[in-house]
Amino acid sequence: MMQDRTKNKTVKTVMTKQVEMDTKKKQLVTLTIDGLEVTVPEGTTVLEAAQKVGISIPTLCHDPELSNPGSCRLCVVEIELNGRKMRNLPPSCVTTVSGGMVVQTQTEAVRKTRKTILELLLANHPKDCLRCERTGNCRLQSYAYEYGADFPLSGSALDGVRQNYAFDDSNPFILRDMNKCILCGKCVRACGEVQGRFVLDYAHRGFVTRVVPEMDRELRDTACVYCGSCVSVCPTGAIIEKNKVGKGRAWDIRKVRTTCPYCGTGCNFDLEIARRSDSKGQMRDEVIGVASSIDAPVNGRALCVKGRFGMDFIHHRDRLTTPMIKKDGQFVEASWEEALTLAAARLQGIRAEYGGDAFGVLASAKATNEENYLLNRFARAVLGTNNIDHCARLCHSSTVAGLAASFGSGAMTNPIEDIAKTDFMLVIGSNTTESHPVLALSMLRAIRQGTPCVVIDPRKTELAALAYKHLPLKPGSDLALLNAMAHVIITERLYKEDFIKTHTEGFETLCEAVAETTPEWAESICGIEADLIRDTARRYAGAKRGSIYYTMGVTQKHTGTHNVMAIANLALLTGHIGREGTGVNPLRGQNNVQGACDMGALPNVFPGYQPVTDASVREKFARTWAVKVDALSERPGLTVGEMLQGAHEGRLKSMLIMGENPVISDPDSQHVIDALEQLDFLIVIDIYLTDTARYADVIFPACSFAEKEGTFTNTERRVQRVRRGIQPVGDSRPDWQIIGDLAAAMGQDFPYTDPASIMDEIAMTTPSYGGYSHKRLDREGPLCWPCPAEEHPGTPRLHTNGFVRGKGKFHAVPYLPPAEQPDDEYPLILSTGRRLFHYHTGTMSRRSGLEEVYPEEHLEIHPDDAGALGLKDHDWIRLSTRRGAIEIPVRTTDRIVAGMVFASFHFVEAMINKLTNAVTDPIAKIPELKVCACRIEKIDGPEGYVPPAHKRVLW
Amino acid sequence: MCNCSCTGEPALSEKDRRLVELLNKYRTVPGVLIPVLQEAQEIYGYLPAEVLQKVARELQIPLAKVYGVVTFYSQFHLKPRGRNIIRVCLGTACHVRGGDKIFAALQKELAVDDGETTTDLRFTLESVACIGACGLAPVIMINHDTHGRLTPEKLTGILAKYE
Ligand code: SF4
Ligand code: SF4
Ligand code: SF4
Ligand code: FES
Ligand code: FES
Repeated sequence: MMQDRTKNKTVKTVMTKQVEMDTKKKQLVTLTIDGLEVTVPEGTTVLEAAQKVGISIPTLCHDPELSNPGSCRLCVVEIELNGRKMRNLPPSCVTTVSGGMVVQTQTEAVRKTRKTILELLLANHPKDCLRCERTGNCRLQSYAYEYGADFPLSGSALDGVRQNYAFDDSNPFILRDMNKCILCGKCVRACGEVQGRFVLDYAHRGFVTRVVPEMDRELRDTACVYCGSCVSVCPTGAIIEKNKVGKGRAWDIRKVRTTCPYCGTGCNFDLEIARRSDSKGQMRDEVIGVASSIDAPVNGRALCVKGRFGMDFIHHRDRLTTPMIKKDGQFVEASWEEALTLAAARLQGIRAEYGGDAFGVLASAKATNEENYLLNRFARAVLGTNNIDHCARLCHSSTVAGLAASFGSGAMTNPIEDIAKTDFMLVIGSNTTESHPVLALSMLRAIRQGTPCVVIDPRKTELAALAYKHLPLKPGSDLALLNAMAHVIITERLYKEDFIKTHTEGFETLCEAVAETTPEWAESICGIEADLIRDTARRYAGAKRGSIYYTMGVTQKHTGTHNVMAIANLALLTGHIGREGTGVNPLRGQNNVQGACDMGALPNVFPGYQPVTDASVREKFARTWAVKVDALSERPGLTVGEMLQGAHEGRLKSMLIMGENPVISDPDSQHVIDALEQLDFLIVIDIYLTDTARYADVIFPACSFAEKEGTFTNTERRVQRVRRGIQPVGDSRPDWQIIGDLAAAMGQDFPYTDPASIMDEIAMTTPSYGGYSHKRLDREGPLCWPCPAEEHPGTPRLHTNGFVRGKGKFHAVPYLPPAEQPDDEYPLILSTGRRLFHYHTGTMSRRSGLEEVYPEEHLEIHPDDAGALGLKDHDWIRLSTRRGAIEIPVRTTDRIVAGMVFASFHFVEAMINKLTNAVTDPIAKIPELKVCACRIEKIDGPEGYVPPAHKRVLW
Repeated sequence: MCNCSCTGEPALSEKDRRLVELLNKYRTVPGVLIPVLQEAQEIYGYLPAEVLQKVARELQIPLAKVYGVVTFYSQFHLKPRGRNIIRVCLGTACHVRGGDKIFAALQKELAVDDGETTTDLRFTLESVACIGACGLAPVIMINHDTHGRLTPEKLTGILAKYE
């Protein structure tokens, strides 16, 4: 087996396909393979050339996404060059073509060699095919069949010793059985080259050479992130997914390509569906897991642990399967008719008495575009209000507002693939490897290949630790730092004069505004050395293709919109926009938060950001929806926060909440609960009885993403299909149908037959979605908006020919300190965020194996602060702010700045949003979730508390 | 290693200090893993897990790779070694003349297996192939001393000479 363990190879050696392709146009070479003439670019391997003409050659160690050692030799062929046979049989996967080659892939000699190789592998292989999970899907098995190789006869000379290594069954997701390993090394390379984790490698020597996790530990005690990349490349049953064990053979499984319901990266994968009996013995289609696929446009075979292993929530026993009506404070099951009639009657009553603006509607960044579009119609045309909003308010409303003002479009400007093309990355307030794990793989790879990356974040995140520089600024001081960078770029004349002249306006305004914001001044506020700020500014400005990536650390501030504008200022100064590898790239959080915004789940705009104040827009929608023009309100509606405040004050009487959980996700939870309790009538549409649904009067059970058709739009504006894999669970219905049923019960029949027909209407009314239809997306695959017409290829990069708003606009955005400063009473700063193993309010991720590896939240605290308070790991504390208190164990880490503590908001047991500050940005109304003052007291933990064993904390 | 506060030792022992020095010297030199591991083993006598972790971190080589190299070469040891290393020849000549009986006797006497070390750290037992003294078969080496023409009965006396 080829191993280069002895060579101290650095981590940077992997060359990606991208780089290879970038290197100039290649000469063409013509050769013959099995009598067929093939012309391919030079540098192509014989294997690739053969595949091109449909000739298949068996491979075990080769993988098109990985580097290739050419070690298994199964891919050997016979080659004649210049009339002479090449010596031995060369392996086709590492032999490059040359002109006039004559290749034979199936000669007697070739077949015999392959058979021998297989027999040698089988000589030590467990005779386990009968019950091996990979049967039907195992390369060794299918090649054995193809070449007539068999297990050796017991006791024959070939019958080798079987190893007896213990299984690694230590974690909930992956089972490793190294007795079945054929040492192809693909898992080693996938873990390093794709995942950037380098958990696996060859160890030991000779007959006992094997692939082991670092230090021969069990996987759960290593840096493994359970991404399953190793599973996806293993050709045998040596690494398998535990969730699928015993649930079906390859031929029992149906695959349906769909889009991940977790984060905004928008990975594609296949749902794997088998027909099985449920707990009551009824046969049903069951999602037994997922399989990643090399042709997935965003992610290839990479997925993160949530996408690959977080699907148990689909068939979870907690799924709501029938409508529920609250009677005397108790939920009782109801028929659809009963629930719909009741809901319609109550809504009509409230509308008649108080008018449309007594309603508030929360759409969902988890639901499809079609469903959000429909809910937007329902709110505006049926209820008669623009009070519709969703959780984008809490994450990127400041981006939408800030970038729209600066550039004219509030979305990520460049595609994910541009990460490979940038030559300087500035990552601000984004814990990318946990929040956008697969997108982060591109960043990790770029860093490995030497792209300088500067991370601005109060915590030394995984990415920060690998970056060229980490700037651990004081929480809430971003704007000072960004303004100082602008100051440096201007005073040192590093800006792009031409670009500014032709493409921007307001340069002088900015010059004035940042005249005084020197790096020294910024240092006094953010605690980052002035020289480091200078260096960062110079590098960004000096780069050929500088790019900025940011998330909630920037947006969830009471100066969120200004923070975003300050970022936009930097791009405008340097011209790092509108080109490959540049851009201002807000990474959107939820799977479809981009789409929900696009579909008008916002109070001030119809789908496609068409203002409600524009009469011609109202006319268009009135016409489409067959209502009178004055039925559509011209007043922009309320944001989430304003709705809740309205409910509090009794102005808002009723709410409809679809697939959102504001009780956990929104700031100041008690305030949210009080508001919901004040309502006359609350409808919740969800797949579970969430902490928000508890306050509902009627709950409609919705379908999960696996049960419906539609589209999600990922962070790079890529509209992707969601496909139905199974029938609705229980009596649930897809959200689009529920909205339609409710509208019908209220006397407005919607004309849609299915989500595809909704998309057809979206294409008609929403210019940037004009070219989409389910048919086209099925045919051509996902496409980025704007895609205004059927023939339009989509727009991966924005602003390539000038800005959407005409000229890019500089904004003067003065620094303001966080709304709440630490003081004697609340001396620490609390910040919040996410963990790799969970999503949002945990409704889905906590109903899956993910819960086992991350069962409880902790508070991160700097050792100095912990020391001062006499705290050590796993001690319990009461964490209080001016709004409330929670109890939570601590974990000390020097990767957080002193004076700051951090926890995620995934856990209802540690409801961090009881504590956060609801003060909002005046423009975008986004709450300042990232900074508030807090206090810590040591308390006794729950009786008999034992810290969870093997909880995976990334750093 | 460094977290010795529990034993009351200074935070950084002499050995740890030497390791830090070693890593500082080599940090930026490429292709240096094997010499670093050799020197680290000189310092500690073997390669404890924490040392490997530190080497991996400082040289920015994945721990899994470092572990792979360490387990590939027989010169590296993951466990503490005895003060005296016994190498028992199991080469052809010795085998024919009862090397395996010598080996079995030593295993029994010391209560350890191939490659293992006695709990009092007095002896480490290893089997090797021919050590070039076939004329004296069966042969063992203890440290640098060769003992030939052995019978199991002679062993106790020989071992007694090594403290
Ligand atoms: S699951 Fe991912 S991180 Fe873990 S060993 Fe496999 S490839 Fe590496
Ligand atoms: S575990 Fe699978 S992928 Fe890894 S080396 Fe063995 S056979 Fe190849
Ligand atoms: S990175 Fe995001 S989209 Fe991709 S699998 Fe993970 S959660 Fe799903
Ligand atoms: S597939 Fe070509 S050598 Fe293994
Ligand atoms: S065989 Fe033992 S010394 Fe040669």
